Amino acid sequence: MPQLFFDDDAYAVVAAACERLIPGATDAGVADYVDGLLGAFAVDPPRIWAGGPFSGRHGGDAGFGSFIPLTPMDELAWRTRIEGSQGIAEREFNGPVVGLQQRYREGIAALGADFTTCDPEEQDARLRAQADFTALLYEHACEGMYGAPEYGGNRNGSGWQRIDFEGDVQPRGYTDEKVSQP
Amino acid sequence: MGSGPGGSAAADVLTAAGWSVVIFEKGRNHLLDLDDPERLKGDYSNDELKFTIRHFLGPDPFLEPRTFRRRERDGDHAFVGDVNNVPSTVGGGGVHADGKLPRFREADFRLHTEYGPIDGAALADWPLTYDDLEPFYAEAESLVGVAGDAGANPFAAPRSGPYPMPPGAPMYGATLSAAAAERLGYHPYPAPTGANSVPYGGRPACNNCGFCAFYGCPIHAKGDPVAPLQRALLSGRAELRPETFVSRINISNGRATGVDYVDAAGHTHTETARHVVLAAGAVETPRLMLLSGLDHPLVGRHLMFHFQTLVMAGLRQRVHPHRGRSVTHVHDDHLVPDDRSKRAAKDAGLPWFRGGMVEHCGPSTPIQEAKLYPWGDAHARSMRESSLRERMWGFTMQGEDMPQATNRVDLDPTVRDVRGFPVARITYDSHRFERAASAHYGERLTEILHEMDAEWTVTTTSPDASFPYGDFISPVPQSKHVMGTARMGADPSTSVVDPYGRLHDVPNIVIADSSVFVTSSGYGPTLTLVALALRAATAMMR
Repeated sequence: MPQLFFDDDAYAVVAAACERLIPGATDAGVADYVDGLLGAFAVDPPRIWAGGPFSGRHGGDAGFGSFIPLTPMDELAWRTRIEGSQGIAEREFNGPVVGLQQRYREGIAALGADFTTCDPEEQDARLRAQADFTALLYEHACEGMYGAPEYGGNRNGSGWQRIDFEGDVQPRGYTDEKVSQP
Repeated sequence: MGSGPGGSAAADVLTAAGWSVVIFEKGRNHLLDLDDPERLKGDYSNDELKFTIRHFLGPDPFLEPRTFRRRERDGDHAFVGDVNNVPSTVGGGGVHADGKLPRFREADFRLHTEYGPIDGAALADWPLTYDDLEPFYAEAESLVGVAGDAGANPFAAPRSGPYPMPPGAPMYGATLSAAAAERLGYHPYPAPTGANSVPYGGRPACNNCGFCAFYGCPIHAKGDPVAPLQRALLSGRAELRPETFVSRINISNGRATGVDYVDAAGHTHTETARHVVLAAGAVETPRLMLLSGLDHPLVGRHLMFHFQTLVMAGLRQRVHPHRGRSVTHVHDDHLVPDDRSKRAAKDAGLPWFRGGMVEHCGPSTPIQEAKLYPWGDAHARSMRESSLRERMWGFTMQGEDMPQATNRVDLDPTVRDVRGFPVARITYDSHRFERAASAHYGERLTEILHEMDAEWTVTTTSPDASFPYGDFISPVPQSKHVMGTARMGADPSTSVVDPYGRLHDVPNIVIADSSVFVTSSGYGPTLTLVALALRAATAMMR
């Protein structure tokens, strides 16, 4: 899938950083998850809320892939959160907001253009030196690793498979025996 | 105002009696097709990102922030953002709740008489008794569909009949913790739960998917509040207006004449009405009263949460807390003072204390778990071993929270919502009653976990003033049980509403949510607020 937000260099830095945070993140497409969040408004409906009620992985129709349209109010909230307020009055009713895109641009720059070629020890040192950005990236890496695959990460459920988690199980659910027995 | 459990229950009663009702809901409608209320929208799903991280059920804390401070001396506010947000969506808090629907006990309505006053707390008896409410509890259980075992809890108040359904399948972890609790002399029992154990009310039985607390139910096995809302809409006499924010109740000559509201496009309108029912929850209801100039000095005061004591164990075996309906067992022993708790209360300088209902539970979803582990090479191993999910089990005690006049909701002086209205500001600090009770019962719950052969245990509380704002545990209470901001009573000088929820000052305004609670008990508030809403709506027709 073409990237929605990152250029190739930025994507490579994010992917390499996520792999240090969560080994296996690259295979699971965690950077695609982050790209999908930061570029949510590049598609319509925006990739904010996956649909329902079922994913099709355990029966029923595959509804997760049909993202839920946003109201103008929802769009205001999510554009502000992602793009920042950018001096736009309707986004600044309680003051300016720094968006996720800007935090990523600055964070990626701080990790360095040569981040992908550094050895793992150096990469970890740079991540530790950028504690605020790394905390944000780790939040998103966890979401991309273990969130529903429709958001771009957890490719083919690989994040869930690693931990023997079945993910969304509707409409099959679990039998009473599976609930009550070891 | 409000389409949650209280508003839906009131609308059901009023429409059944032939009244015309308009239900205003500021959140979106993800629940049912307004043209064909028997058709469900299908927007709910087993999706951790959508429900626990991306504010799907609202309110979005950017659009509708709240503010918080512990004490007035902390300044205008110490924190702005998500302050105890209960869903702002059609169905309200009923959508995200895991549906534990216990009744209160007789003593819960007369704590002051039963146990005596507590210094610094505005403890009072309710102006009604358990017996007054029992018929409405029975009606509420039938309306919503509650599964339970009437004979299983020795502390339960008398009932006029059985639960509408038997309990559902017990979770494996709960079978272990319940057995350990029993060995130590406690009395765990199947949690009364508003999730179908068998097909009921035209809705299917719960299939144990595990995405229960904080999630909308994809198959609508949870009955609250879809059942009363559906019935009200199917009567043809109720109109539901989502994405409409009521900004003011219009009052003339001591009577409400209707409301002003802002529609989804931002346009303001007026709706006239002979009666106004407030069911926006114990934060938004007093906010609207204050926005409307209803200035009874107690509006917004006596805000209560439940003081949560979280006692968790690391276990040797996996107990798969992600299978089942979040909580299947509870125990009530800590709601009744015993010799040991009386000694501990005395040591703490209190005449008495008690805790609350204890939920036997474990963490169920992996994103939440993953964020607890450090990043790096050990992450994958931590997730596979899963000491903080698959091998974790324990208790959440919903501890009784003393009413204090200084704990309150008022209007923030500077922070606005997206529509330009002042947001609710919460000023809240716990009383030493809660902290002392939590310390005592936390130790006793830890004993049960050791009886379960725990490898290790950890105890935290919410709120905890020693943690920073913005963290999961912080000075802001996590409990979504919000109560008390328009307390009920017979005396207009010490209460905001009368025993039927009518404002003393403006009697055609009726409150049908947990704002009216006099004390918090240690039980989840939903069934009690639904019973009170049914009783209040019935009284409106006299």
